[in-house]
This record gives sequence, C-alpha cells and structure tokens, in this order.
Amino acid sequence: MIQVDTAPKPRRNVELALLVLALAVGIGASAMVDLNSETPFDSDFWFQSSLLAVAAFAFHVVLRLRAKYADPVILPIVVALNGLGLALIHRMDGPGDDTGNNQLRWTLIAVAVAITAIWFLKDHRILRRFTFISLAASAILLILPLVPGISAGEVLGASVWIRIGPMTFQPGEIAKITLAIFFAGYLSSNRDLILLAGRKIGPLQFPRFKDMGPMITAWLVSIGVLVFQRDLGSSVLFFGLFIVMIYVATSRISWVVIGLALILGGGFVASRIFAHVGFRLDSWWNAFTPEVYDRFPGGSRQIVQGLFGMADGGLVGTGLGQGRPDLVPFANSDMIIALIGEELGLIGLFAVVLLYLLLFTRGFRAALGTRDAFGKLLACGLSFAIALQCFVVIGGVTRLIPLTGLTTPFLAAGGSSLLANWIIVGLLLMISHTARSPIDTTPMTDTPSEAVKQP
Amino acid sequence: MNQSIRSAWLAAVAMFALIFGAISYVQVVGADELNDNPWNQRAVLADYCKDRGAIIVAGKPIAESVAGDETCSFQRKYTQPELYAGITGYFSRTYGASGLEQELRDELAGSSDQLFLDRISQVFLGRQAKGASVELTLDPAIQKLAYDLIPDGQRGSIVVTNPKTGAIIAMVSKPSYDPNLIATHDVAKEQSSFEELNKIRGINLNQSVSGPTGALLAPGSVFKLVDTAAALNSGKYNKDSELPNPASMPLPGSTAALPNYAGGNCYTRTTADFAFALEQSCNTPFASIALDLGQQAIAEQARKFGFGQDFGDQLKLQSAVSVFPDDLDDAALAQSAVGQRDVKATPLQIAMMTAAIANGGVQMKPNLIKTVRAPDLRVISEPEPEVLRNSTSAAISRQITEWMTDVVSKGIAGGAAIPGVEVAGKTGTAQLGDSGLNNSWFTGFAPANDPQVAVTIVIEGVDVTTGAQLTSPNAKKIFEAVLNK
Repeated sequence: MIQVDTAPKPRRNVELALLVLALAVGIGASAMVDLNSETPFDSDFWFQSSLLAVAAFAFHVVLRLRAKYADPVILPIVVALNGLGLALIHRMDGPGDDTGNNQLRWTLIAVAVAITAIWFLKDHRILRRFTFISLAASAILLILPLVPGISAGEVLGASVWIRIGPMTFQPGEIAKITLAIFFAGYLSSNRDLILLAGRKIGPLQFPRFKDMGPMITAWLVSIGVLVFQRDLGSSVLFFGLFIVMIYVATSRISWVVIGLALILGGGFVASRIFAHVGFRLDSWWNAFTPEVYDRFPGGSRQIVQGLFGMADGGLVGTGLGQGRPDLVPFANSDMIIALIGEELGLIGLFAVVLLYLLLFTRGFRAALGTRDAFGKLLACGLSFAIALQCFVVIGGVTRLIPLTGLTTPFLAAGGSSLLANWIIVGLLLMISHTARSPIDTTPMTDTPSEAVKQP
Repeated sequence: MNQSIRSAWLAAVAMFALIFGAISYVQVVGADELNDNPWNQRAVLADYCKDRGAIIVAGKPIAESVAGDETCSFQRKYTQPELYAGITGYFSRTYGASGLEQELRDELAGSSDQLFLDRISQVFLGRQAKGASVELTLDPAIQKLAYDLIPDGQRGSIVVTNPKTGAIIAMVSKPSYDPNLIATHDVAKEQSSFEELNKIRGINLNQSVSGPTGALLAPGSVFKLVDTAAALNSGKYNKDSELPNPASMPLPGSTAALPNYAGGNCYTRTTADFAFALEQSCNTPFASIALDLGQQAIAEQARKFGFGQDFGDQLKLQSAVSVFPDDLDDAALAQSAVGQRDVKATPLQIAMMTAAIANGGVQMKPNLIKTVRAPDLRVISEPEPEVLRNSTSAAISRQITEWMTDVVSKGIAGGAAIPGVEVAGKTGTAQLGDSGLNNSWFTGFAPANDPQVAVTIVIEGVDVTTGAQLTSPNAKKIFEAVLNK
C-alpha cells in the first residue's frame, strides 16, 4: 500500500475561521428569508441561528480535544449546507407548519450523536470488530419498516418508514452506514482471498462461491429493498456502494462492468415487473407528454414543475424567498435542489454542488491518507455514497436520470437522513484524523490476512 | 488500493461533471423553452399575483388589487363589476386579460418604461413591485344612468362623449357580466363561469366582438349623415338642392326595390330637400345621391368619419373596425347608402361621427384616460385633447347640425327634444332581415350651438315601437343629466 504524506498540522484554527464563514452563509440565508416574511427577525430566527452556531462550535471544540488532526474543511462545508437547508425549509413553512423547527431539532440530535461517536469511539478501526454485527444490524434496519406494529405503512408508494410514538424514522438511512462498515470490514479481511482464489473464466476472474456468500447476501438485500420497500433510490445507492467498495478492494474493473450490467439489467427487469419503477422511467423519458404529466400518482408534474422553477431562476435566481416553491410538489425535501436553482440561480446551485464535490473529495483524501485497509474502504465507500446520492438526486431533478426518492444530504427536510449523514461526517472526520496524524501511535490492527494460509 | 481510490474519486467527479452539465442545460440553454411551456404558469402568476395599480373613476377604484390568499398575494377585485365590465375587462389566471386590464398591462403592472426608476428603487428597498393607477374620464353618474336606461335582458350600447375633447363620459352595454367571477383564484369556478358567460348572446366579454367598441351593426338611417356630408362636400349639392323622393326606387340590376320608410311623411312629396329628407328619414333621396356620386365618394367620406380605423388603440380597449366596402354594385351601393346591407358600424364609430359633426367637422381622438399615476401619486401621463382629423368642413358641419336640429324639433327624433335647449339628432332603424326586428339607433348632441355632449344609443333586435321608446327619449335623459351638472 502506498503511503501518502500528510501535513502534520492540526489546522483547527483554519477550521474555526471557515466555520464562521459557513455560519455566515447559513444565518445570512435565514436573515434574507426572514426579511421577506411577515415577522422579520422574530424569536424563531435568533433561536435557530444561535442553536446552529452553538452546535457547530461544540463540534469544533470536540474535534480540538479528540481529533485535532481531522480535516479542517469537512465540518464547515457540512455546517454551511445544513444551515442553508434550515433557512430554505423554514422559508417554505406555511402558517402552522413546523418542518423548519423539526429540522433544527434533528440537526441538534444529529450533531450530538456525531460528537458522541467521536468522543467515545476515538478511532474508527474499532468498528472493524463489528463487521458481522453490522451486517445483522443492516438486515434488521431494513426489515423494520415491514414489521407490523412499528411500520408506518406505505407512504407515497414506498414502505421505508417506521413509527415510534410520535416520531417517524427511515432506518434505511442508517443501514447505509452499517452496510458500509460491513463491506469495509469484510473486504479488508478477505480481499486477498477474493483476489487470488477462484476460477478464471475468460478474461474475468470469479471468486469462490463461499468467499462471495456475504457479498451476494448484500446484493440480495438491495434487491429486497427494491422489491419489498419499493425504494428505487436506496436500492441504487446500496448497490453503488457495494460495487465501488469491491472495486477499490480488488482493483478489478471487471467488478464495475458486472455491477453496471446488473444495475441496467435489474433496472430493465424491474421496470417491466413493478409499476412504480416503470412509472419512474416513463415520467423521465416522456415527462412532457400530457398523459404522463397528468398521471396521478406516478406522473411527471413534479419533475416538470421543478424544471420550470430552475429555468425561471436562470443564471442569478429570483432571490431567496422570491421563488414559487408552492408550485412544486415536495419542494422542501425531494425537490429542494430545484428550489435552490430557482431562488439562487445557476450560480448558487453550482456553489452548492461544488460544496458537495469538495466534501466527498476531502473524504477520498482521508481514504488515501489513512494507513489501514478498513479505514480506506470505509472512507471511500462513505464518500462515494455521498457523491452517488447527490448524483441520483440532482440528476433526477434535472432530468438527467429518472427521479428516485432519495434525499439531498444535509439540505433536504428529514431527520433520519440528517442523522445518518452527520454520523458519516463524524466517521470521515475520525478517519481523516488518523490519516493526518503525524505519528500513528496505535499499532496496525490488520490481522494477518487469510491469504497467508492460502496454498 | 490507492490507485483504485483515485479511480473511484474520478468516477464521482465524472458524475458531478454530468450534474453541472445538466444544471447548465436546464437553467441556461433550455431555459427559454421551459419558460415558454404552456404548463409553466410562473410568468403568468408573477404578473397575476402582483399588486397591480387601480383603475379609478371619479376618485373611486372600480378595479383594484386586494390581499389574496397564500398561493397569490393579491386578488383583483371589481367594485361595480357589471357597470364597468366593458371598460375594465377581466384579469384572469386561465384566460389572461381583456379591456384596460389587457391594454394598460404595463402601466397597471408597473413595468412601463416611465416606472423604470420606481422599479429600481423597489428592488433596492426589497419591496413588492407596485403598479401605476389609472384614472378614467368617465362620469360615474352618467355611466350608471346610461347603464340603467338599457333594460335588463335587452342587447344595446350607449356611448356618451365630449365632442370638444374626445373624452368618453360614459360607455355601457348590456348584457354585461361580473369580472370578479373570472378573476377568482378558484380555477374551477373561473373556468365554469367563463364557459357559462360565453353562452350569453351579445355579452361584452370580448370587446372586439360585442359591446360599444366591438358590435358591428347595420347603422341604418344614421348613415345618411355620411351621405349628406359627402353630397355637400362634392359641390354638386347645396342646402337647397331638390332631391328625387320616389316612394320606391328600383335597385339597378335587380328586381328588388328600395322603399321609403312607410311610417313617416315621406310619401307626401315626390321631391325633397335635405331638411325634409333627414327630418322624415326618407331613403330614396340618399340612395340617389349615392348612385350619383359613386361609391368612392361615399366610402371616402365614411373613412373621414373613422370607418376603417381601429379606435381600440386610442381608447386602450379591444375593438372592431367599422366597414364601408369598396366593391359594391349599384344595388348594394344604394342599400348601403341608407345603412343597410354591407355597411357595418360599431356604436363607437357612430358616436365618433356625430362628435366630429358637433365639433365643427374636427374629429377629436377618443380618450378614456384622464391620468396615469405612479405608486407615489406622481402623474406620469395625462393625455391632452388631440385632433384626429378633419372629417368635414366647418360650414358643412354647421349645415348638417342645423338639419339635425330640425330632426329633433320637427322630425322623427322628437323624443329627444329638451325645452330651452337646441338638440341635434338623427335616428336610425336598421332592419334585421325579414324578422320584423330592427337595430334602433339615436345619435346626436346638445346644445346644438355649443355642443357639450354627444350621445349615441343603439338597441339591438327590437320592434319599431320599442326601439323608438328606448332611443330618443333616453338620449334626452342623458343630455339633461350631463347639461344639468
């Protein structure tokens, strides 16, 4: 494994400066939104702004104490995105709506959980011990929405929600993390075996079936998600995660080819078998056909209205609070990207997409820097998951690909998604801390690979 | 492993490159096409929900923007809807706008060039753009009186103008409608109302098809004023000319004949001077004038009175163009000369003709707008009276006025006479096929020596008696109301 030199500086002061900038973005957006409301700068505004600032600085302090070599750019990017999301969601709240405050509550919970994880976990390598527990946890999390009693039933065509008391939650979001941990743990232990054992058929080398068992299980999981939960987006995300991690572990491009073929083939079969998948494809390809536009449910009205909003925004946008998100169904969750395009224009949306680009790039940088295979795979998988999720969402909104029901990380309204993404950020920060530490004080935890025992 | 991490990163960057491309396409390259899509309501709604300026009559708004609901911050409201519908038009989400709401769109929405600086300051102050308000020349009392003079259930129009300035004092028609029904934010109601209203015959929903500016009607005998002006203008006739007045005149190249009006005193003479022919509204003298002068002369005089011109541009309303065709055979010319067959005029056109005669032959530009004010009440435009054209000479108009005065004092428009005031007038009865029903006209002005007001009334589809009752006597009421102000 190639070692990458990392700067042995903590750079926490850089982070602090960037954090102030990030808060200025989020709170500034809130202020502009507030100026257009009927009660500018009421207690809600100060409450939101100060709580966001407190959460951000608390995170910063914890990093100083526990992971002082962590990447200084990741936290400010996430705070800026989260702050912008809060402002936009608050802006769309009608009288009596509480989505904005709910999002703030979840932001605080998510930050608290991420901080706690960093505080107590200290080192991401500990997670490797939970490889198979993570697989079990993933399975349970994914099955939960189908369990009678806690299932929230079918919401908007997908069964991905559970209900505990007054709260609803999407366990699939957390499963994204546990699956990544499982893939990372399993592949870092077995990569040599997968690489070396097995038969070669033509140009492609196939591993032994028993080595591939868990991987096939994981693949079946993502198919199960599609079939039973009718959640196309998560299915694509899990499968993408699976392909990238196995590719990174084995460096075999054949995996990517096989994976893409499976996605396209599976997608084709699914579109023929499942009406909801077929509708998605049809709404994408024939979005401007009247029958498709007017079809309900499963029509293209949402996509088309989102496109109208973005077109109206043009280069510079209508200005925060001046757009018409009321014309776009689910403007504050699925379609928040369209709202950003409308109100902040192409320039604002490019800035947001660049933030995501920077975020996952810092994640990949941590993957390069860290010395253990588990950390590399985990950081790479999680970073790629963020990128893929953005691609699926923004590509869907701009009609580059069919629209699927994934959330925009940190921006869209939704507690489970916030929580999961903040935990991912916590993990990336921990991995980057190990990557950038001047001296690795802990011994490598890689156990001798099973490949040693190979004949 | 690091090499494949870099490849994975490159793959992610490639996905983002696609995203950047897709965003650029939607927001820049394909934006115009998306903005023009008929499903895209944003442009309409941007205007629709604005705080538009009010349309004002005598200090009171007849159309204004009031607070709307959450989908739309402002709602257009019409305070005396039926009375002014023909002027204001409607302002609808689905059907767009008509009337002043349409033609003064830039002023009312605040996007006219004169409001440029206001717009800039609104942007910097972060305020919602507000439109200019428009005050009209209408007199609310006369408008109301005229409206009430047309019985409900009757189709008809009344135009009252000041012949010296061209200002419209009142302009009404029935059946009218409530524009609030179409301006509602409830799209379903809006659509069902529009469909219902559209079924009502003669409704002034579309100003270029019906109502004072849009209804193209046979003018009947009021068109004889055009013949008279053409005759005097030709030099071949003077005030003492004796005109042939047979009871019936064979139409050239046709087996049909053109008879004189049976109800009057035309039959008492076989020749007539202009005074008698106009007083009794005999047909044959004017048909012979037209045949004598030829259609070019009549058409030219009609054009000088405004036929063939779109007054809608000047009034800021939609309108139809009155026609005197130029490819008539002699039979058609003879019939058209008495306002039948191929000649078609709007009530506004007849009002314009009468106003020109009243104003010494000088036709003033018709005008509905008194002032346009910016949101800060600064006057941004205030149209001055403007000469449109010379329709005829002062001497000829004076002569015609004299005869028109006789029509009221001695002739068949006696119902319009006012004690102590000289009233000039002319009636018309245009037959509608063989139905026995007519379009009944009155057009005139008062006082004859110093005209303050011109009134044109047309009642459509009535029998002769009802028509007579609803025209001249009603004109008298309007003259009195205006002159007693």
